[in-house]
Formats: sequence, C-alpha cells, structure tokens
Amino acid sequence: MDVISIQIKLALAAAGFTNIEVKQVLSPAWTTDWMTEAGKEKLKAYGIAPPVRKTFDKMYLEELIVACPQCNATNTSVISEFGSTACKALFKCEDCLEPFDYFKCH
Amino acid sequence: MIEKILQLADDALILGHRNSEWCGHGPVLEQDIAISNIALDYIGLARNLYQHAASIIGEEATEDTLAYLRDVTDFKNHLIVELPNGDWAQTILRIFFFSTYQSLLYKKLLLDSDKQIAAIAEKSLKEITYHIRWSTDWVLRLGDGTVESKERMIKAADYVWPYITELFTDDIVSKEEWLAIIEPVFTEATLPIPTTTQLLQKGIEGQHTEHLGYILAEMQYLQRAYPNSEW
Repeated sequence: MDVISIQIKLALAAAGFTNIEVKQVLSPAWTTDWMTEAGKEKLKAYGIAPPVRKTFDKMYLEELIVACPQCNATNTSVISEFGSTACKALFKCEDCLEPFDYFKCH
Repeated sequence: MIEKILQLADDALILGHRNSEWCGHGPVLEQDIAISNIALDYIGLARNLYQHAASIIGEEATEDTLAYLRDVTDFKNHLIVELPNGDWAQTILRIFFFSTYQSLLYKKLLLDSDKQIAAIAEKSLKEITYHIRWSTDWVLRLGDGTVESKERMIKAADYVWPYITELFTDDIVSKEEWLAIIEPVFTEATLPIPTTTQLLQKGIEGQHTEHLGYILAEMQYLQRAYPNSEW
C-alpha cells in the first residue's frame, strides 16, 4: 500500500501538482468484482489466471474450473491455496504442465 | 473502546508473528508460502487496527509505538495466539480455531458504530474466509490421515482446548455458534472434541503465559535498541 501511495504521489508530482495528500480509504472494501474484462485480459496475458466468479454469488469458494493462461486448457488442478502472494492460489495445468498463479475472488 | 481495538490488533499481531516463524521452515515449499502469506494477512490487519487506534489516542502514538513499545502486561491478546507453534498439527489447528472465532466476531463488527472498524472487518473477512478454508483442509487431512497424524491432532486439540473459552468471555461471540462450525469438521476428520474443563483466560486482562515475553523480546528488540529506526 505504501508503494502504491508513493507511486501516486510521484505521478501527480510529475504532472505538475505540488500539494498532494493520499488518503487510504478502506470502505467500500476493494473487491475482484470491480475488475474489468480488459483488466482480466491483461492479467491473463501476463500469465495470471483472472478470478472466475463474483464474490457476491457465494459460490466462489466451491470447486472452480480455472483455465490455464498459457494454453487455455481447463484440465487444471490446485497445488496450493496460497501462491506467490496471499491473493493468489497456485495451480498446475495438466495439459501443458505449466504451473500458474490464479487470482482468487476477494 | 480503545482497549477493544488494541485487543483486536494484539491478537492479529501476535498470531501473525507466530505464523511468520514458519517462514523458511514449512513442511513443503507450497505450505511454507501459504502460512507466510497468512502471516502477512494478519500483520496487515494489525497495522490497520494499530493505525486506527493511534489516530484515536493521538499525541505521539503511532502504529509502531503501539506494536513495539508496549510491554507484556499492556498486551490484551487472547492467550491462544501466543502459544508456541508446536508441530504442524498444533499450528494449523490454532489457525482453524482462531480464524473461525474471528470470522464470527468480524461479521458482528461489520455493524460496529465505529465506521473504520466496520471497514477493517469487511476487508479482513475476505482474507479470513481463505484462512478457514485452508486450515479446514488440513484438519481433515491430518485428522483422517495416518495413525501418527491423527495422534498429533488429538494431542494438539487437548493442548489448545483450555484456551478456547477465553475467546467467548466478552459475550460478543458465543461458544455455541463457534462449536456449530467446529464440530462438523471434527466429525468429518474423525477427531474427538476434547473434554478438558480446565480454563486459562487471563490474557485479556494482561496476565500472559511465559511465551509472550519471548515473542516481544524478539519482535521489539530493534525498536528498543535503536529507537525510532525506520526501514
């Protein structure tokens, strides 16, 4: 969060603003439901499988079919509930055998 | 009110610190990463709560003074979070017990008159949901696993059980609603619910086990030795 805050300040400073204050607001809580389709495509292009469901449908914790971001196969399995960061799970594609991160619904 | 916020923060900080002790020592790499991530969730939660407490206290208080410059008797965390990790069974069982309690508590805090507490609760519940899911899987796997894993789970449950009642002393969450979640998982894991009636519950009054002093000594050393040092 501190890094995001610093980068916002730097970007505003570069755009000519001088009196900058960044306030962190926790409510409403950020949710993966706010991700746009374009954002999800960018995640996938980067190699991270985007969230499959919406958090409000309450089914997001059930067994999911997560497509491999490399080869699009749906024959994938969970390796670990937590991946390289707390918001991601580690999956493996059983077709192309690539491991990949899945951005969990939050 | 400030005491309540500090208690929430102390619980999160101490359990986060305990879980972080597994970093580099997990049974397999994926689980090492998992528990380190859970530790980070708790530290993040503690930061939000200490920042909020500091803004209410005012004066010179900051998240750092609250985490690093209070002594054992100032900490109001429940005893369960300061217990040693023990083996993997004890570690995952403590997370399962505590995060289940925490989810019930934070759902009630969503309606708190303090809007910032409600906001922190809303954010944290998303994380806690995954902590429960992860630790439930482990309870099932070890409880209904090998002879040795089952023995270790029974031993862990017997060790942790006396510290459970303290979670319900303030009557915000009831033991019955907590048991309603715990019991079906224990049944599926073919584990018995411990029967001990021994109670240990003075942490919230600042009377701690010997373990908390050692945690604080390690955690606070840098700020005590080099006051006001920053990253």
